Amino acid sequence: MNPISRRKLIRGGVAAAAGLGGLAVADRLASRYGLIPPDGSGIYGPGETLTYACQRLLTTRTPAREFPRGMISKKPFANEIAPPTEEFKRMQAGGFRDWRLVVDGTVARPMTLSLADLKSLPMQSQITEVACEEGWSYIAEWIGTPLSGVLREAGVLPQSRYVVYYAIEKGLWESIDMADAMHPHTFLTMGMNDGDLPVAFGGPLRLRVPRQLGYKSLKFLTHITVTDDIKKFGSGKGSVDPDYGYSWYAGI
Amino acid sequence: MPTAPQLEEAKETRRHSAVVRVTHWLTFIAFVALVVSGFEIVISHPRFYWGEVGNVNTRPLFVIPIPASRDTVPTGYGYVMNDQNGWSRYLHFEAAWVVLLTGLVYGIYGLGSGHFRKNLIPARSDWTWRAYRDRIAKYLRRKRADRAEEDTYNVLQRTAYLVVILVLFPLVIWTGLAMSPSFTSAFPATAALLGGRQSARTIHFFVTWLLLLFLAVHVAMVALSGFWSRMRAMTTGEARDFKEGQ
Repeated sequence: MNPISRRKLIRGGVAAAAGLGGLAVADRLASRYGLIPPDGSGIYGPGETLTYACQRLLTTRTPAREFPRGMISKKPFANEIAPPTEEFKRMQAGGFRDWRLVVDGTVARPMTLSLADLKSLPMQSQITEVACEEGWSYIAEWIGTPLSGVLREAGVLPQSRYVVYYAIEKGLWESIDMADAMHPHTFLTMGMNDGDLPVAFGGPLRLRVPRQLGYKSLKFLTHITVTDDIKKFGSGKGSVDPDYGYSWYAGI
Repeated sequence: MPTAPQLEEAKETRRHSAVVRVTHWLTFIAFVALVVSGFEIVISHPRFYWGEVGNVNTRPLFVIPIPASRDTVPTGYGYVMNDQNGWSRYLHFEAAWVVLLTGLVYGIYGLGSGHFRKNLIPARSDWTWRAYRDRIAKYLRRKRADRAEEDTYNVLQRTAYLVVILVLFPLVIWTGLAMSPSFTSAFPATAALLGGRQSARTIHFFVTWLLLLFLAVHVAMVALSGFWSRMRAMTTGEARDFKEGQ
């Protein structure tokens, strides 16, 4: 072995060791500050972790892009929805008077709210874009009450890290971190473009998460569970999306 | 123990430095992953728009005449392609990180080591249309490269590489970020300057084609000038065999 390659070898070794050491330190820091997403393991883990960590450092408090009223889409696209269940049809026939939103988990005061209860909370509106992972998008006005208000009412316990939310259909659920859950634009949405939120768009109740792709804005919301341990839900990756190859964090 | 001048000589026989070789191949692998996964993502909605919004209820700028991988897109084929969006999206964003981080390493190295100045920025005397015209004429007459081009690039190559490094890759990264609803919440101008989210998507698509065009020409030129010797130069760095591939 000649001296050059030995020197190179040593230099390479030191660089590799420093790199690995740096990664280990970064991993420690990232998990301490909550910068690793629930699907931050496996072969796509590094990419997901880099994306989520950067987004949390850059965009924890930034407001969603809002648009002027004139930009509201004339014909918003209603994506496919699963055929409504019997239970849903029954509630729809009754004008959704029996629709309930259950709030539980790591909260001081679990509660059950009707749509009337939700509508008695401060109502706000936002004109934001729904962007689907497929590539299409539309802009609409969304009317509802910020999720943060309901969570404050319920008294989120300090150890809470994620908000898990379920649709009326079994097996449909999502989750977001506390930063997105408490974000002022994350709405419990009941109205769209000056009317009630149509069933085709997730009515009577949809969680709007405008800073993430459409699939995080779950339709037909019935249940919210605040948790300190996302591993207890499903396959532990924060929703069913990662099982199908879709990022848990869809702010991209 | 070799003396200093010998060491210098040993270095000079390297056609490409280790940083250039490693970042070149990492970028190549990541680019292939991005193109394959990008294609899979596009077929879920093979319609393109201009402006902020676009969906099947709005008029497209153009449509790729292929069946889609989602049945919500009316393509007229009555056939839905296999949906591979899942792993494609995970792969796309991970490969994007590889390109971005590799590009950062390459950019810092290129500025710090003088690689850009020495190998990529055309010589002052070549900043004329005439220099470009002469080199194009040389290619068209299929003249052999002269001795001066053995160890470095001619003005056309330099320009092509600079366009890829300074224009196409930054633009494809920018338009990608402009499609991120979270990134644009912090930096709305990234989308607004391009005319909106759908414009960004359309530009992203065209820049990909320009990068593919570059790749095709690049590979063709490598093949013409001696495929294996060029591959060796970019892999091990050795390039004393200029005549070998003729």
